[in-house]
Amino acid sequence: MNATALIAEDEPLLAAALRAELAAAWPGLTVLASVGDGLRAVSEALRLLPDVLFFDIRMPGLDGLGAAMELADNWPVDERPMPQLVFVTAYDEYASRAFEAQALDYVLKPVQPERLRKTVARLQQALGARGAAPSAAQAPAAAAQALDAALAQWRQLLAAAGAGMPPDAALAAATSAAAAAATPPGGGPLRVIAASDAGGNTVRMVPVQEVLYFEAADKYVRVLTATQEFLIRTPLKQLMAQLDPQQFWQVHRALVVRAEAIESVHRDEAGKLHLQLRGRPEKMAVSRLYAHLFRAM
Amino acid sequence: MNLNWRDLARHYLQVVAFCLVIAVVTTAIWPEDGYWRQLGYAMCMGTFIWLPIELGRFAFLRPGETGWPKGWRGVALTTLGIGIGFFVGSLVAQALIGGGPLEGFMQGRRDRYTSIVITVACGLIGSYFFHSRGQRAALDARINAVERDAAEAKLKLLETQLEPHMLFNTLANLRVLIATDPPRAIAMLDHLNSYLRVTLSGSRATAHPLAAEFARLADYLELMSVRMGERLRYALELPDELRALPVPPLLLQPLVENAIRHGLEPKVEGGAIAVQAHRNDDGTVRIEVRDTGVGLQAGQPAGSDGGGFGLTQVRERLATAYGAGGTLQMTALAEGGTAAVVQLPATALAPASPDRPASVNPAAPSASRSATAPTP
Repeated sequence: MNATALIAEDEPLLAAALRAELAAAWPGLTVLASVGDGLRAVSEALRLLPDVLFFDIRMPGLDGLGAAMELADNWPVDERPMPQLVFVTAYDEYASRAFEAQALDYVLKPVQPERLRKTVARLQQALGARGAAPSAAQAPAAAAQALDAALAQWRQLLAAAGAGMPPDAALAAATSAAAAAATPPGGGPLRVIAASDAGGNTVRMVPVQEVLYFEAADKYVRVLTATQEFLIRTPLKQLMAQLDPQQFWQVHRALVVRAEAIESVHRDEAGKLHLQLRGRPEKMAVSRLYAHLFRAM
Repeated sequence: MNLNWRDLARHYLQVVAFCLVIAVVTTAIWPEDGYWRQLGYAMCMGTFIWLPIELGRFAFLRPGETGWPKGWRGVALTTLGIGIGFFVGSLVAQALIGGGPLEGFMQGRRDRYTSIVITVACGLIGSYFFHSRGQRAALDARINAVERDAAEAKLKLLETQLEPHMLFNTLANLRVLIATDPPRAIAMLDHLNSYLRVTLSGSRATAHPLAAEFARLADYLELMSVRMGERLRYALELPDELRALPVPPLLLQPLVENAIRHGLEPKVEGGAIAVQAHRNDDGTVRIEVRDTGVGLQAGQPAGSDGGGFGLTQVRERLATAYGAGGTLQMTALAEGGTAAVVQLPATALAPASPDRPASVNPAAPSASRSATAPTP
């Protein structure tokens, strides 16, 4: 079967090796490009629109997860079906375990031909099924279903890879005093967040129950209540591990909102979702990956 | 501290044993009463000396103290215990078996003083016995805790140096090179070999020359540059006069690892690392690890508060080896990137080997030897 692929891997030798192993395991696969960082992974993927993505998890610029989330939102689904996503990982004990537990596909470095052949077989099967399905123009309902299935698979992959966040990073964030979120002593969800205010000179203790949403912004995470804004340095990914998932929903790569505070969700002409929170004026974009949360019951 | 019933029972058994001996002595002094009566007296006195002291210890104890109150409170407790023991113990003995020391008061001076002296002496000896045992137990506990901490720190150091992600990625690269470029694979394996050798023995050796330290940094950087390709450039600069300087093994490695992990790895275009050792005019030594990475702000653990485990470890090892003279300073560079600066005191340069000519300061060689040795 013929297909196209993009490799994103920051270690040149490993990228070359994956390419060589793929050539042996899947002669019909054309590797369109091999890039070394997450930002270029996104731009090249959008330019080349390959069928399969092999993404390293740890990459400079933007990691594999960030790149995938970025792509999920910007992929032209009307033009091309969502690509098959495969994470490539060396030793992320936790990620590997999460992938294993959910029977998700990933490639372990160093790439072993036998393991890779299994992945290739599964990819070929998935691409074959996709090829057999009617196009969006012929059967929009079937195409929508296929898109949903693809998004669900991506979501699972991202959740598993996110669970592979090294625990020492979480620990470092919790103990780096000043602007970090304080872990509650007995585990359980976070109750209070130690954050600096806009001036940066005072540390404010913000009760989590007052927080309406968290937004990742460059090096910080903004913490917004109905009337105030604070900054913390704990990355959103690590913060989410300490929040009650019933109360706070991730709706975008950079956005976690209090579910109860969501007032309405609108679909614009382009089909993109925007949500509005009670007590906040701004409209917030909802990622395609999380649109399933807002399907009318 | 909570009352521990097993300790209490153990202590009381010791008191009983003590009383058995005292009764032998008192029987020798007053043979007319017989051993069992004397034992009865001794037991009553002993019990009522021991009980107030044992319970009082917990009442007098301040937080943080273990086992025995310090200073005047300890003395007061002992005095109080002996006083109570003498009078209450005598009364009880009198009630139970009749006669006894209080009766002695009525009979004559000699017996009265003798029994007071015996009670006080035995009370003091007993208290001293329990006191010193308690101190030793507390000391043992502290030594155990320190040893456990040290072992834990060593294990954590080893874990950071043998970080699985680094190791497995290196092996993955090695696997590729074996097929594509065998000579380079052999070179890489050699670097890995010497890196692992010093990492695994590094926790045991106390010091090695700075030249060896730089060679291990070169191994590590070479391994990393195979992985990172053109994204990593590095330069090591070590003046000849500093080659023999003894330093704790792998002291600098966490700094280089930090520079890569938090400086260069997150940066798309990568960058350069420079490690330079320099002898200052005042004899102190300055070793700088400088990178052109993303800088302190974005790099996660290297905050102004002292940073992650790696940096803490370096600071602790510096303090152990050099005291206040050994410091580590992290600075954000204006042009981007980070500089980690290690300062070593002038004594660090004194010859460590005894066969070198004696230096001006005769204390210097031994000072530097002990300076490079970790705590026993």
